[in-house]
Amino acid sequence: MTLTKADLVQKVYQTHNLTKAEATETVEAFLRITKDCLAGGEDLLISGFGKFNVKQKNSRRGRNPQTGKELILDARKVVTFKPSGILRDSINGVV
Amino acid sequence: MNKSGLIEIISRETKLPLREASAVTNTILDLMIDTLAKGDSIELRGFGSFIVKEYKSYQGRNPKTGQIIEVPPKKLPFFKVGKELKERVNS
Repeated sequence: MTLTKADLVQKVYQTHNLTKAEATETVEAFLRITKDCLAGGEDLLISGFGKFNVKQKNSRRGRNPQTGKELILDARKVVTFKPSGILRDSINGVV
Repeated sequence: MNKSGLIEIISRETKLPLREASAVTNTILDLMIDTLAKGDSIELRGFGSFIVKEYKSYQGRNPKTGQIIEVPPKKLPFFKVGKELKERVNS
């Protein structure tokens, strides 16, 4: 089963004393603020979960694997995620 | 930005008291952690997806001593950035 935004809203709605609309708005605020932070080039550290980094990649020469043609890959920014020790441990069943 | 900074902005934008914004944030993160702990994946449109990859046991080396060691099987979460966020980070 894949967890989606609807599942997060449902859980927040069941756990807290909020209306469905408020639960939806809060989950959306969580996602929006997280995205705005990273879109602005700022790293985001969520203790107990992990760290999202915005990394600058330099331009480099690459190859189209299908045609073998050389091309220049432009400099770009990518988002990477490093899981916290707590998250790694819970995934591996370490208490 | 860190978790408390995130909670502060959520509180300001949703007008929920700080304590409640904090509790809701923990509910969201706990459910995400529980989901991955079960081996299930997470898909958040526009943000990205998380999947758990399984690694078999392999032989590794202690980089300091050079000693060969057996690395036990493990699972690791992977994040794939979503289309919207990927594009916004570059614009």
